[in-house]
Amino acid sequence: MKRLFALLMIALALGTGWAKEAVPLAEDPVVEQRLIAISEEMRCLVCQNESLAGSRAELAQDLRRELRTLIKQGKTDAEIRDFMVERYGDFVLYRPRIKPQTWLLWGGPFLLMIVAVAVLLTYLRRRNRAVVDEDRLSEDEASRAEALLKEGER
Amino acid sequence: MKAKFLIPLAAFGVLVAFLAVGLTRDPHEIPSPLVSKAAPAFKVPQLVAADKAFSPADLKGQVWMLNVWASWCVACRVEHPLLVELGRSKIVPLIGLDYKDKREDALKTLAQQGNPYDLSAVDTDGRIGIEYGVYGVPETFIIDKNGIIRHKQIGPVTAEALEKTILPLIAKLKNS
Amino acid sequence: MIAELGHFALILALCVAALLGTLPLLGAHYHRREWVVLARPAAQVFFLLVAASFVALAWSFYVNDFSVTYVAEHSNSLLPTMYRLAAVWGGHEGSLLLWIFMLAGWTVAVAQLSHTLDETMVARVLGVLGLVATGLLLFVLLTSNPFGRMLPAAENGRDLNPLLQDPGLVFHPPMLYMGYVGFSVAFAFAIAALLSGRLDAAWARWSRPWTTTAWIFLTLGIGLGSWWAYYELGWGGWWFWDPVENASFMPWLIGTALIHSLAVTEKRGSFKSWTVLLAIGAFSLSLLGTFLVRSGVLTSVHAFATDPRRGIFILVLLALVIGSSLTLYAWRAPKVALGGSFALLSRETMLLIGNVLLVVAAGSVLLGTLYPLIVDALSLGKISVGPPYFNTVFVPLMAPVLFLMAAAPLARWKHADVKQMARGLWIAAVLAVGAAIAIPLAMGGWTVLTGLGTMLAIWVGTSMGLQIAKRLKSGIPPLSFWGMQLGHLGIAVFVVGVTLVGGFQEEKDVRMEPGDTVLVGGHEFKFMGVTQVQGPNYSAARGQFEVTQGGRRSSTLYPEKRNYVSSSMPMTEAAIDAGLTRDVYVSLGEPLEGQAWAVRVYFKPFVDWIWGGCLLMALGGLCAVSDRRYRLRMRAPAAALQGATT
Repeated sequence: MKRLFALLMIALALGTGWAKEAVPLAEDPVVEQRLIAISEEMRCLVCQNESLAGSRAELAQDLRRELRTLIKQGKTDAEIRDFMVERYGDFVLYRPRIKPQTWLLWGGPFLLMIVAVAVLLTYLRRRNRAVVDEDRLSEDEASRAEALLKEGER
Repeated sequence: MKAKFLIPLAAFGVLVAFLAVGLTRDPHEIPSPLVSKAAPAFKVPQLVAADKAFSPADLKGQVWMLNVWASWCVACRVEHPLLVELGRSKIVPLIGLDYKDKREDALKTLAQQGNPYDLSAVDTDGRIGIEYGVYGVPETFIIDKNGIIRHKQIGPVTAEALEKTILPLIAKLKNS
Repeated sequence: MIAELGHFALILALCVAALLGTLPLLGAHYHRREWVVLARPAAQVFFLLVAASFVALAWSFYVNDFSVTYVAEHSNSLLPTMYRLAAVWGGHEGSLLLWIFMLAGWTVAVAQLSHTLDETMVARVLGVLGLVATGLLLFVLLTSNPFGRMLPAAENGRDLNPLLQDPGLVFHPPMLYMGYVGFSVAFAFAIAALLSGRLDAAWARWSRPWTTTAWIFLTLGIGLGSWWAYYELGWGGWWFWDPVENASFMPWLIGTALIHSLAVTEKRGSFKSWTVLLAIGAFSLSLLGTFLVRSGVLTSVHAFATDPRRGIFILVLLALVIGSSLTLYAWRAPKVALGGSFALLSRETMLLIGNVLLVVAAGSVLLGTLYPLIVDALSLGKISVGPPYFNTVFVPLMAPVLFLMAAAPLARWKHADVKQMARGLWIAAVLAVGAAIAIPLAMGGWTVLTGLGTMLAIWVGTSMGLQIAKRLKSGIPPLSFWGMQLGHLGIAVFVVGVTLVGGFQEEKDVRMEPGDTVLVGGHEFKFMGVTQVQGPNYSAARGQFEVTQGGRRSSTLYPEKRNYVSSSMPMTEAAIDAGLTRDVYVSLGEPLEGQAWAVRVYFKPFVDWIWGGCLLMALGGLCAVSDRRYRLRMRAPAAALQGATT
């Protein structure tokens, strides 16, 4: 399907003469793709909570330029993240690193879910017994009921 | 009162405690991870004597201050008089880092407001700033005799910061 | 003069609120009827005073009274009238006044619509609302007065932030606050019930319509905010897990748990103390959100200008309101009777598990939002917690909820028949798995997330269809049934939207000269050039793009790059062609050399299903609230009279 469109467009382009397929803004779309993926998970340090990928701030542009250079140098994602953390600290990462400080953060929700559901089910089992007990008449009430029933029988 | 019904209240109490402490913190201030690490090396031309170069290695063996500034930086004007005084007192070498600036504008600013720096290095594209984790201007670094960064002042140098933190630290580092 | 009158009205409102918050409550406790009956009229006067104050502020904006500092900070003589009025809530002080106005509105609504409710109960409910209002009015009058004057008056205002000059500002905050603040009614009912010691099915029946209505507004408010961000910010995103967004989402999650819990309490008499706790929790989160947004403890694009002094005040208010409520809860809740029993496998249990999961989800969002603050408070450094964390954690938590959503309506109360449920659900399971494989592949590629999302959505949707088919066999079901189905359908539609747009959207960032074309998502975009246009308070470069699909003309899009008179930052106004199955979205970047422009083109399949889902949910809520059971209650006095005379 896509090839058909490409052919159609080439035909259109040839037909109209000057018009052409727009070139990607980035020099190298592959590098750009990786840049966006990495910088989306980083913070723009001079903005009020925006990602490094989207921010138009000057520092953000400079940092993206640096990251582009690093990508072209063949650095891995982890190395690039380390580069940023070495200079700006953990604050720059939107995905917190897993270290003792953040165990509670990453583990908390799932731990909470398991504990909560477990507590709930245990509680419900106990509750059923308690409700049944509540329903059951006390000794006093039971003998009174018996007496009344006996009276009714006479 | 059954204990389990107090859990929500207890949890809320903990939350309020954290929020109260949170009110005393500034979420915008990012402490530098470079403190206690070697000052990143660089070699760039100087601002005034453009044919000469500067590198942090030149100041090995001395305690010195690196002040990041620019002609377009409004907050820098707040700290400038303090820097001029500091420069005059000759306590430590005061090196400026002219960040993402135009040479003519920078020279004009220094001419108009005074030049507190022993010299200023030029960081035209901001690369050195990134190496130093600079995210705003002005920022000031205190570097010891071995070339290790010991303190980063975020924002303008204030009289209070000078008195309480910077000058005592410099004195300590000089004596070590 | 008007501003001073507005200020004065607010002070009077404080006095009336203080009265409302004390005498009726004392009267209910000490059986002094003359104090109890003060509640309704006090609520009415309170509303009128707050309304007058609000109108006074709005008037100051309307006539461009730049001697009022708040007006000078947020308005401008060139600002179109619509935005001049919406600017009333464009800043901290005014938005707080809106908050109080909404609270007053809900308070008077309760006063007017509760004539069949026992008057002592009404007194307690209105009293609690009065107390909350007193706290907030004190906050406004002492730290955030919108009526302050500046002398000499400003020549002209600083103007409203261009990003806010949009219809979104007219609707989003009022809707949001109606919902947010509306949970105060459920809260007041819960506190009233705890105070009176009467926690029964009747209390749940009274609370339900109020809670559901607040929930409807909050759903719409959040949906509107998300849609506004999508078309306004120009990068196609619709949710960023920003602290302020989270602040509105947490009450929504607890509110959803609450409306389900109330249903069970009303029908079965179970979960009473849990429901009360949820009611306290929902409003507590609303208050917490108000604190987070205005105190400066968190970084956010939405945060108002911050002032730690204000933060201290709200924190104290928060501590007092929630602290005393939870203390009351700890004291009174244990005495509440347990209610009916039910098996471990029953509709009650499934609803409870769903509730617990929603609470865990809300807790996780809270954890993520506050974690940077916690780490900093413990001097453990500074970290950021952003979308990667929330997306990773939230989706797995919600998956079981979606699973239950389809199964629970088929489970019987008290004791579920698993075999019967399986018989009902196997079709849904088969279709869900089939769709999970087929649809992503048809769209372009299979991933775990797209498969999971599709599967859960079809699972819920099919189960819904089966329930409707089965129910229709025994006649037309009541509105409450349709409410449930629509609400759940809304979620399924929402999940489809999120899954498909997340998995299959396309974006291209290109350099275009007039005449150039670019192909994105099967659509061809041709750049026709840029013209200069003039707006009321801006000048703009307007681009023209012809969109064709398969050779056929689809639409023409006019994105703009605006320069507002008052701002130095240019603003991009994206152009969107919205459709049922996709949006095409064009945004102008920077002008390049010559006639070339940097252009961003997006193809967003099914993105409008996200907000369509929100609308369906709200519609579902509306059906639930309109059920004739609640309308009968209104006619009850008349019927009782009739019964008496015949």
